[in-house]
This record gives sequence, structure tokens and C-alpha cells, in this order.
Amino acid sequence: MTTESVIQLRSAVALLGQFPVLAGVDLDVRDGERVLVQGPNGAGKTSLLRTLAGLIPVSAGSATVMGCDLRADRRSVRPLVGLMAHATGLYDDLTAADNVRFWAEACRIERADADGAMDRVGLAARLRSVPVHRLSTGQRRRVSLAAMIVRRPRLWLLDEPHAGLDVVGRDLVDGLIADAATAGATILFASHDLDRATTVASRVVTIVGGTVSHDSGAAGAGADDVA
Amino acid sequence: MWRDAWLICRKDLRIEARSRVTLNHVLPFVLTVVMLFAFALDADTTMLRRATGGLFWVTILFAANVIAQRSAAVDRPDGLPDALRLSRLSPAGVYLGKTASLFVQLTVTEIVLALIMVLTYDVRLEGVAVILVTIPLGTLSIAAIGSIYGPLAAGLDGKETVLPLLMLPALAPVLLAATNAFGVAFGTTIGPGWRWVGMLGMLCSIYVVVGTATSAALLEET
Repeated sequence: MTTESVIQLRSAVALLGQFPVLAGVDLDVRDGERVLVQGPNGAGKTSLLRTLAGLIPVSAGSATVMGCDLRADRRSVRPLVGLMAHATGLYDDLTAADNVRFWAEACRIERADADGAMDRVGLAARLRSVPVHRLSTGQRRRVSLAAMIVRRPRLWLLDEPHAGLDVVGRDLVDGLIADAATAGATILFASHDLDRATTVASRVVTIVGGTVSHDSGAAGAGADDVA
Repeated sequence: MWRDAWLICRKDLRIEARSRVTLNHVLPFVLTVVMLFAFALDADTTMLRRATGGLFWVTILFAANVIAQRSAAVDRPDGLPDALRLSRLSPAGVYLGKTASLFVQLTVTEIVLALIMVLTYDVRLEGVAVILVTIPLGTLSIAAIGSIYGPLAAGLDGKETVLPLLMLPALAPVLLAATNAFGVAFGTTIGPGWRWVGMLGMLCSIYVVVGTATSAALLEET
């Protein structure tokens, strides 16, 4: 594994309106790490992931993600990341297969790779031709996951990836995270399912009030901080 | 950019084919408007014939309002704006694709509307060439404006009323030029029909260029 820095935040501040959703975050993440971002509701976990994806502007401090300076041009990082948020990002009237193929093509990936992505998330063949609005929450999450992994991102940003999934689905997500890390991708994920998430993570970062309050990967952190 | 435009256009038309909003909502609406005009003008075919150009384009503007609203709405729910921003699609491609899909849906609506009008309004065509050039230019102008204001209005409260307030004034010059060109083609107005077509071409170019130039901000802010 290389030790190249993928994420480097220094006193990063991000505002939504006048409210500082990130209030001076310092964070370094290296290639291949699996970082669990935890914290209470409203702590800034989702905002951190969205900021790293270039969706929320950094208004103070510095932020570099995969060599892209987010203060100078936050759009340049977007094609390099895969974000799975609470919302699925799917077109309700299109079938599951149409959705995954559309997002594959939108990311300059061959349509044929979409089938591989649907296979990987265990989306049954009979469900692929069903419009997304007729799928259950768990099935929609799988389609969303397929639409994300087909992009082959170098940085995975997952917001509550286990939510809405059954045990098989949760195991699948854990497997995908492990496989992605093995393949060299870096993963940041926010989860309230700590029992499961800490077994997947190689490092735990706690966010409270828009700042990092504890980082098991930081110098001086206790050895027992990470599962 | 053209590849992205094709991708977006194909996606929007596929959604339309499945949801059938144009077929089930817009076409009956257009039919109703044509009939209401006929009732309002007391089935006076001379009057109807003289007003056909204006009635055609006013009806299309109303239909365009509904189609543009729907076109913008399909990209709104469930995190789709973020997904589009995170894709590798070029903003100009997204804009042109939305415009192309609107153009196709409006053209289908216009064909149906024209058939109904020919049958019920006793229209006589004297300048087919002018009509054949006016329709695509007018339609493209409307689609270009609809693809700018549709997404802008979709993020606002009261979008159903905001969109026509934004869109219709911007389309007033198109209505003027297209109606006059049609008037010449139907033989109800005397004048240089091709001059109106030229004006329509100029408006169309301006709208498409402005839409393409502002597409990045449009994708970012809506």
C-alpha cells in the first residue's frame, strides 16, 4: 500500500448559508484507508462527505482531495469520487438497469460494465427491468450502490451505507468496501451502525459540532481506538 | 458535449415514453384549448382562419410551460441534482440534451395541434416553405428558453406560477415573429414572411447561445 495523501484538510470551514457546517476541520487520509466518520446527528458528517465531493464550497482554510484544491476549483474533484448519500440519485420512471447504464455512460464507462456492477451488488435479473419507483427501499439502495461502483471511483464517500438494507445487504456493503480498499481505493463512510462499521474501518474519526473531536489515526491516539 | 446531449435527450425521452405525460396530459390540454378558442370565436371560420397563427403559437406556449416544468421536475427528486453534478457530463451537454428533448416533445404536440387546426379551422396554406422553417425555429427557441427557466423555477416555491411568469415574457418576441410568419403563410397577413423567419432565426441563436453559456451556473445553482 502506498502512503500518498488523498485528503488533506487544514482548518477547513464550510458554510451553508451563514451556518458553519464545518468549523475548522483538520484531517489527513492516506491512500487505501477505510475511515469511519462517526458523531451525533447534526455533527457535520454528511457535510464533510459532501464537501469532500466538491458539492459544498470551502470558504476558509485549505482543502485538497486527490490533488485537487477545493478552494480553487471544487468541480475538478467530482469525477474522481463516488458519493452514496441518503438520497439514491435514481430516476423513478427508469428501470434499475436503465439507471445504472445511464450513470455508467454519464461517467464515460462502457454500458457493459453496468451489468457487472449490478451483478456485484446482487441485483436479481428479474428486478433489473422494473421501474425504480416499484422497488423496495433496500432494492433501491442496491441499485444506487451499483450506480456508484460502476464509476470506479478512487475515493468512496458513503453516507449511512448500511441504512435500509437487510443483513445480507449489509454484508454485501462491507464486502464491497473491503474489495475497494484492496484495489487501492480510499473509503470514508458515516454510519450509526457502529458495531458493524468499526469492524470494517481501519480508522475512526469522530466529528462533533463541525470539528474533529477525536481521530484514532492521529499521533498520540490510543491503540485500542480502532477495531 | 454532443454525446452528453444525446445521452440526456435519450434519457428524458425514455422517461416521457414511460410516464406519458405529453400523451396523457399535454395533448388533451391542447385539444381542449383549440376547442375553447373555437367556441369563444363562435365557430366563425373566417375569424378562426385569421387568428390561426396566433392561436397555434399561444397554445404551444401554454403546452411548453407544462412540458418544461415536467422536464425540469424529473431531475429534481432524490439527490439527482447532486448526481448530475458529480457525473462527467458537460453542463452544456446537459442543457442541449434537455433542449433537444423539449424540442421533440413540442414537435409532436405541434403536429397534433396542426392537424386539429387544419381540420377544424379551415386553414388554407399559401406558404408551406415559410411554415416548414418557422416551426422548427420557433420550437427550438421555446425549448431553449424552457430549458433555462424550467430548472431555475423548479427550485423555487410556487414554481407552477413562477415558470410562466419567467418564460412567457422572454418568449414574447418569438410569439410575435412566429405568428406573423404564419400569418403570411396562411395568406391572412401581407408582408415579407421571410423577414419574420429571419428574426426568429436570430432569436433562436441568441437563446441557444445564452443557454449554453450559462449552463454551468444553471447546473450548479439549481
